[in-house]
Amino acid sequence: MQTKLEEQSGRKSVRDLEIGERGVICCLQDPEMGLKLLEMGCIPGTEVKLNSRAPLGDPITIIVNDYTLSLRLDEAETILLKS
Amino acid sequence: MTVTTIQPEALQVERPPIENRIAKIALIGNPNSGKSSLFNQLTGLNQKVGNFPGVTVDKKTGISQINPGFKAEIIDLPGTYSLYPKSLDERVIIDLLYDRQSPHYPDLVIVTADASNLKRNLLLFTQLADMHIPAVLALNMVDVAESEGIRIDVPALQRELGVPVIPMNARKGIGIAALKIVISQQLEAGKVSFFCIPEELQPVVMAIKARFGLKNDYLALHYAHQYKNLRFLKEQDVAWLDELLQKRDFKSNTLQANETIARYTRINELLLDVVRVEKAKQEEKFSNRLDQVLTHKVFGYLIFFGLLFLIFQAIFAWASYPMDLIDEGITRLNGLIQENFSGPLVNLLTEGVIAGLGGVLVFVPQIAILFAFIAILEETGYMARITFMMDKIMRKFGLNGKSVVPLMSGVACAVPAVMSARTIENWKDRMITIFVTPLMSCSARIPVYTVLIALVVPEKYYLGIFNLQGLVLMGLYLLGFLAAIFSALLLKILLKARERSYFIMEFPVYKMPRWKNVGITIVEKSKAFVFEAGKVIVAISIILWVLASYGPGNSFERAEQKALQETREKGLTEEQAAGKVAAYQLESSYAGIIGRSMEPVIKPLGYDWKIGIALLTSFAAREVFVGTMSTIYSIGEAENVSTIKNKLMAERDANGAPFFTPARSFSLMVFYLFAMQCVSTLAIVRRETKSWTWPLAQLLYMSGLAYVMAFLTYHLFS
Repeated sequence: MQTKLEEQSGRKSVRDLEIGERGVICCLQDPEMGLKLLEMGCIPGTEVKLNSRAPLGDPITIIVNDYTLSLRLDEAETILLKS
Repeated sequence: MTVTTIQPEALQVERPPIENRIAKIALIGNPNSGKSSLFNQLTGLNQKVGNFPGVTVDKKTGISQINPGFKAEIIDLPGTYSLYPKSLDERVIIDLLYDRQSPHYPDLVIVTADASNLKRNLLLFTQLADMHIPAVLALNMVDVAESEGIRIDVPALQRELGVPVIPMNARKGIGIAALKIVISQQLEAGKVSFFCIPEELQPVVMAIKARFGLKNDYLALHYAHQYKNLRFLKEQDVAWLDELLQKRDFKSNTLQANETIARYTRINELLLDVVRVEKAKQEEKFSNRLDQVLTHKVFGYLIFFGLLFLIFQAIFAWASYPMDLIDEGITRLNGLIQENFSGPLVNLLTEGVIAGLGGVLVFVPQIAILFAFIAILEETGYMARITFMMDKIMRKFGLNGKSVVPLMSGVACAVPAVMSARTIENWKDRMITIFVTPLMSCSARIPVYTVLIALVVPEKYYLGIFNLQGLVLMGLYLLGFLAAIFSALLLKILLKARERSYFIMEFPVYKMPRWKNVGITIVEKSKAFVFEAGKVIVAISIILWVLASYGPGNSFERAEQKALQETREKGLTEEQAAGKVAAYQLESSYAGIIGRSMEPVIKPLGYDWKIGIALLTSFAAREVFVGTMSTIYSIGEAENVSTIKNKLMAERDANGAPFFTPARSFSLMVFYLFAMQCVSTLAIVRRETKSWTWPLAQLLYMSGLAYVMAFLTYHLFS
C-alpha cells in the first residue's frame, strides 16, 4: 500500500474527479484512514463515482458499491485512482 | 407487563436449560441497518438507559418476552462497521464481546444487516462468526431491497453463512415473530469460517491462546490487534503482549487492511449465487433529484434556515402553552397544599421540593418538541444533509456540521440543545459543542434583558423601522453567538483529540420517518432529563430555598418586627407591609448574608448586595432574577415589567442619583449573557459528558468570562 508514496503528487485521486466522473480505486494512501475506508467498502479495484459536492465545495459524496458515502476532500485525497 | 429487574447472579450459572433463565442477547450491526427499530420492536417501552463506563454512549437495555416461558435481556450496542473500533464509543463492543467474564457477555448476538447493502453489512457478520459467538442474521428491509430489484436467495444465504437468516422489515414489525422463534431455540455457533489466519501469525496466535486460555484463534488475533484498548487486561498482560508483538514484528495496520480485503473477497464470492440485482435503484435516483434542491447553493440554505426557524419557533412559542400549564399547575398545587396545611415542612415541600420539581418539568415540552424534530431529521436522512452543507464553515471553528442544531436550539434552551449534541459522533467535536452551547442567549435570559433594556435604552426609532431597544436585544444575541464560536475556536486549539476525526459516513437515501421511533425518542429523552438532571436540579433548588428562607438565630423575627414597625410609622397598606416583611426577611436570610459578603467581589462590576442576592438565586434559573428583584425591592405581587421598571428607576444610590445607570444595567446584561447560571444545564452537561469536569470547567470559564466582560462594560459606560 505504501509503495506508491513517492509518486503521490502526480497521482489522480477521488478529489480530482468531476461530478459524474468514474474511476477505479488503486490504493489507499493513509494507512489508518485506509482501514476505515476499506471497511466502508472502498476496496482497491472497486469503481467510484463522484456524485455531488456540498454547496461550499467540501465535503463531497461518492458512490461505491451502489451506496453513497460522504467524505471530506482531505479524506477523498487519500483514495488514489488507477490511471 | 414484564419484570424489568433482573438478578445478575442468576445469569452467571452454568447454562441451565434456557427456559429457566434470562438470556442475554446483544444487538449489533452497521449504522442505519435498522438496529434501533429492531430494538424498539423487541422491547417496546420496556427499555432502560444506563452507562457504559468511560464513554458517552448510553447503554440501552430492555427486556423482551421471547415466548411465554422465556424472557431475554436485549442490549443495544453502538452501530459499527467492524470489530476494529474506530471511535471511543465503539470500544464498548469489544469490551463486552472479548471478555467472557463480563456480566453482559451475550449468549447470542443478533446481527442486523440492510438487505440492499448486504456486502458491506456482512463484513461485521463474518468477523463475529469467526469469534464463534452464536449468531442470528436479521436481514432487514428485504421488501425494500426487493422493490429496488435486489433479490436475495435466503436459503442459499443461510447455507453459505451457516447461521439462521431471518428476512424482516423491522420498521413494519414483519419477521419479528420468526426471529423470536429462532431465538428461543438453543443456538450453537456457526461452523463456517470466513477468514484464514495467515500461517506466519500462528506463533503469535498460539502464544496468546496459551497465556489467556482462549479457545478461539480469531479472538486471540484480536487480542494482538487491540490489547491497548481492552480494559479488562492487566498491566503485566499488556506488557507481555507488547514484547511478544515487538519480537514477532506484528504490523497491525497492514494486517488489518489485508484481513478486510480478504473478507470482502470471500463475501463477494459467496454473494455471487445469493444476490441478484435486476434493475437499477429507483430510490437513489429520487434522493439525488431531491438533493439537487435540498443541498442547492441557494435553496439548500434557505430551506435549512427556514427549518431552523420553524424549530426555533416551536421550542420558543408552541412550547410556551404546555409550559404555562405546568407552571400554573405547580402554583395551584402549592396553593392548595399551603391552604390546607401549615408549618416549616409544608414550606419545604411546596417552595423547595415541588417548586424545584416544577423547574424540572417545565423543560419537558421544549425537550419533547426539539427531539420530535431531531428524530424526524435523523429518520428522514435530512440530518446528513445538514452536516454536509454546514461542515466546511463549522469546521473552521472546531465544530462539526452537526453542531448547527444544538447551537440554534440553544437560543431557546440549552438543556435540550446539549442533549441534541448526541448526534455528533466525534468526541472532541461533541465536547466543544456542548461546552459552547450555553453561551447562546437562551429564552430564560429574555426577562432579564427586557427589564434592563426597558430601564436604560430609550424607545427610539431609526429610519422609521429600527427600534433601538430591539437593536440592543439583537446585539446581545449576536454577542452570545460570537462568544460561542470564538470559545469553540479557543477549545479547538486547547483540546487534544482523543481519537482521529473521520467525516466519512454513509449518506442515507431519503426515507419517511418511522413514527414509532420518533415517539420512543421523545419519551426516552424526556425520561432521561427528568430522572437524571432532575435529581440535581431539585437538590439545588432545595438548597437555594433554604438559603433564602432561613437566617441565623432570630434574624427573621427581627426583620419582621422591623418591617411591621415601619408599616405602622408610615401607615402602609397590608400588601405593602407583606412586601416589606418579605424584603427584610430575604435581606437577613443566609442568601442575604452571602449577597452581602459577595459585595466586595461584585463591586467592581457596579453591583451592590441586592444584585448579589439576585445573582445567587438566579442559579436555580436565570428568569428567577426578575422575581428576586421584585422581592428585594418589595414590589409585591404585581410582577409586570412596567412596575418593576418604575421601581428600579426610583432606586437611588448614596448620592441620590439613579442607581440603575446605563453602565450598571449594561454590565448586568453582559453578566447574564456570559455567566453559567443554570443548574439544569450543568446537570444535563454532567449527564451527557458523564463527568463533573465539563460542567465545572463550564461554570468557571463562563462565570470568569462574565466577570471580565461585565467589568469592562461597566467601566466603558461609566
